[in-house]
Amino acid sequence: MTRTFRMNEVQPRLLDETGQGIIGAPLVRPEGHLKVSGQATYAAEAKVENLAHGVLVRATITKGRVLRVDEAGVRDMPGVLAVHMTDERMIRNPAQGMMGESPVRDGKYIEYLGQPIGVVVADTFEQARDAAQRLKLEYSEEEAEVDPDNASETEWTDKEDYGDIDMAMDKAAHSVDEEYITAAHVAGAMEPHAAIAVWEGDKVTLHGSCQLVQFNVKELADALNIEEENVRILSPYIGGGFGSKLGISNEAVAAAIAAKDLGRPVRVVMSRQQVFDAVLRRTETTQRIRLAAEADGTLLGIEHRDRVSNLPNEGFSEPTNQATHFLYGGANRRYRQETARIHRNPSGSVRAPGEAVGMVALETAMDELAEASGVDPVELRLRNIPETHPETGLPYSARMLAECLKDGASSFGWDQRQSPRARREGDWFTGMGVASAARMNMLLPSEARVILTPTGAIVETDMTDIGTGTYAILGQIAGEMLGLPRELVEVRLGDSSFPKAAGSGGSFGAASSGSSVFLACKAIRDQIADKMGCGGDDLTLSNGLARCGNVEKKLEDLIDSDIVEVAQIKPGDTRKEAFSSGFGAHFAEVAVHAWTGEVRVKRMAGTFAAGRILNERTARSQCWGGMIWGIGTALTEAAEHDPRRGHIITRDFANYHMPAHLDVPQLDVKFLEERDDYANPIQAKGIGELGISGAGAAVTNAIYNACGVRIRKFPAHPDVVLEGLMAFD
Amino acid sequence: MDVTLSVNGETHKLDIEPRVTLLDALRDRLGLTGSKKGCDHGQCGACTVLVNGRRVNSCLSLAVMHEDDEITTIEGIGMPDDLARLQQDFVECDGYQCGYCTPGQIVSATAAIEEAKLGWPSYVSPSLADMGELTDEEIAERMSGNLCRCSAYPGIRQAIARAAEAEDKA
Ligand code: FES
Ligand code: FES
Repeated sequence: MTRTFRMNEVQPRLLDETGQGIIGAPLVRPEGHLKVSGQATYAAEAKVENLAHGVLVRATITKGRVLRVDEAGVRDMPGVLAVHMTDERMIRNPAQGMMGESPVRDGKYIEYLGQPIGVVVADTFEQARDAAQRLKLEYSEEEAEVDPDNASETEWTDKEDYGDIDMAMDKAAHSVDEEYITAAHVAGAMEPHAAIAVWEGDKVTLHGSCQLVQFNVKELADALNIEEENVRILSPYIGGGFGSKLGISNEAVAAAIAAKDLGRPVRVVMSRQQVFDAVLRRTETTQRIRLAAEADGTLLGIEHRDRVSNLPNEGFSEPTNQATHFLYGGANRRYRQETARIHRNPSGSVRAPGEAVGMVALETAMDELAEASGVDPVELRLRNIPETHPETGLPYSARMLAECLKDGASSFGWDQRQSPRARREGDWFTGMGVASAARMNMLLPSEARVILTPTGAIVETDMTDIGTGTYAILGQIAGEMLGLPRELVEVRLGDSSFPKAAGSGGSFGAASSGSSVFLACKAIRDQIADKMGCGGDDLTLSNGLARCGNVEKKLEDLIDSDIVEVAQIKPGDTRKEAFSSGFGAHFAEVAVHAWTGEVRVKRMAGTFAAGRILNERTARSQCWGGMIWGIGTALTEAAEHDPRRGHIITRDFANYHMPAHLDVPQLDVKFLEERDDYANPIQAKGIGELGISGAGAAVTNAIYNACGVRIRKFPAHPDVVLEGLMAFD
Repeated sequence: MDVTLSVNGETHKLDIEPRVTLLDALRDRLGLTGSKKGCDHGQCGACTVLVNGRRVNSCLSLAVMHEDDEITTIEGIGMPDDLARLQQDFVECDGYQCGYCTPGQIVSATAAIEEAKLGWPSYVSPSLADMGELTDEEIAERMSGNLCRCSAYPGIRQAIARAAEAEDKA
């Protein structure tokens, strides 16, 4: 029986009372030895007999229909087993996160260049690839709009007003009114999308790379027109997700269709170029920000407008203004979002959808306001931290933004910052920048089973570990609660036959799935307390010993059979009582080359407060990752689209520049001690996206401080910086 | 066509098409899936193996070209119950997240440490004649062919520095 617990009221901080002492500790990952020896098995590596290989066929027009497929032309090529084209079940693009149903399906209709429209199967990968490339298609082609700036079809997807921003701008002592442009991004997980489908009768098992297993089961079943009970997904290791594997994707559906038809397991792995072509990208944005402030820099109001793009019928628009709603005060506020419907490859969630690009604009605008008002950028932010949520009036559950800004400023040496263009060594200008970090926190329904055996414990949930540290932290939570060293806790993940978890996405995974494990363990503790004859509050568990008052017993003597508990967490009333978000502050020091516009990040530091930190080591890695993505947003990453056909032309790692080792210095990450009582019963908040939120702006604000060039077009490739530098001559 | 590959000290006879890359031969024909495919274009380093001690992107090399070569993959560097020092340091320093780029990073770093020991200079070395200390920047330059989208770069380099230092002392 599943115990369901709703987060209706603040819970005692039990994890501060328990005796094992491992919660929060920087323990190494339990699966580490497998990863460093290459023995963790990702989707394409599952050991399956008699495997056939499928390669996806991509559309080479932007919009239209497939009229004819020259199957005969490839059918007799060596090794070719099957050609599946224009199957009605083929999905147009991967599902958006948490859709739980099939994305748009129409095997014949093409809506973006690069859309996977079929699969060729052969005995070997090389044979399948060859045949897929040789397959001749005839199309009837239609006109397609691909330019977001001039799209004829747009939708207003978000409109909100508080007070009167026009009036505030009129009476402002200082104001900012600027446009910011951010490039489209890709997630670029190092493991390309991969799937192996194995059928037994009516049941399919998919070895996949899936972030949200319970939703992916529904999506795959719906796409294939079969019952959910007939789909099992296994995703024990995922080679990076960052949002790109939230929804079921084309390779999984293609593998399942082909394997069923062939009566033989089929593997389909996207090539890197296909990942660029078809997997949901982050939209490009054009944002306009207006800030109105009093003489001392106190905000009177904020306006955040943006234009984003997506394919027709895709229910996702980058929530660009997400953090703008609650980060700073000011009574007058306006939000407008316009989504252009165009035939570029579809957009969706990429790490911190919303904040990742929205905060780059907002935090640049704040830097511009600091300049305009003559207030130090750190001080300006401190002055504008609102008492309560500026739109809902809710208190904040736990918010250490001010502490993060102050702590970061002092350890970074912010007081050494000089005025723009004041520091120059040889050909290099040097400067510092700051930005706030904020990423709102969520709790989602999540379920786990915990089994206490006489010799240890087992945790089972369909939660995933996409590199985030789930194996580590769930073992730590169970070990802490049950008084076991983590080595005695086995964590099993990513199997859809386990209880349904929130999955990995939106930074909600650790706290949601962690809470379910916590609750199941709590129920086990109550059973142990019963056996010891005391109340749960008087029970101490540590290192396999149970203690109540002066009675002490070994766990192995206390239980003769396994204790099994299944628990589910659900959000409740606390989210109506307080607003929960992680906060932090980024600091960066950059050098800008005076003649080439090249930017090098010299130092970067982040101070974060995200409630209880469950494992300091894996949490730090999450922040490193986020901050480095910030460097990419600021300096290197741009998915450039072909102006005529709409597809991404920077469709490999030589042309889409993710930060490499030498782009990244050693980074300082610090966590402030915090508990968020309103968030969940373990008082933890999400951290996977907090580190990227705002990070890019710290870098580009540092460029301004170094050389006086204001970056409003991201990334700040050398040509962008150089254009600004030339204005000084 | 027939080719004999010597991988991690073992000989394997294969009958494969000439267009099969070394990476696909290792992963699909020999079941050595420790080497990863991230791009298949020599742009990410996930497929790095050692050929006669030198690091190469195995996706950019055809298997049939390696008849007389000694190939070392991550499996030959250390398996879970017998990890090499560098692998242990990756675990200690959290030099990974998802783990997908990790075998490539470790194989690449194994050779990078050797190259530095031989005094080979890099783009960031003070001079061609003297590479100086194996600083964080030196490691970063030497490892820039290995991308990590999880961006575990700080931990990866801490691990490499630790292993290089330990080797120096030994
Ligand atoms: S797979 Fe060989 S370099 Fe990327
Ligand atoms: S650990 Fe995930 S790509 Fe490097």
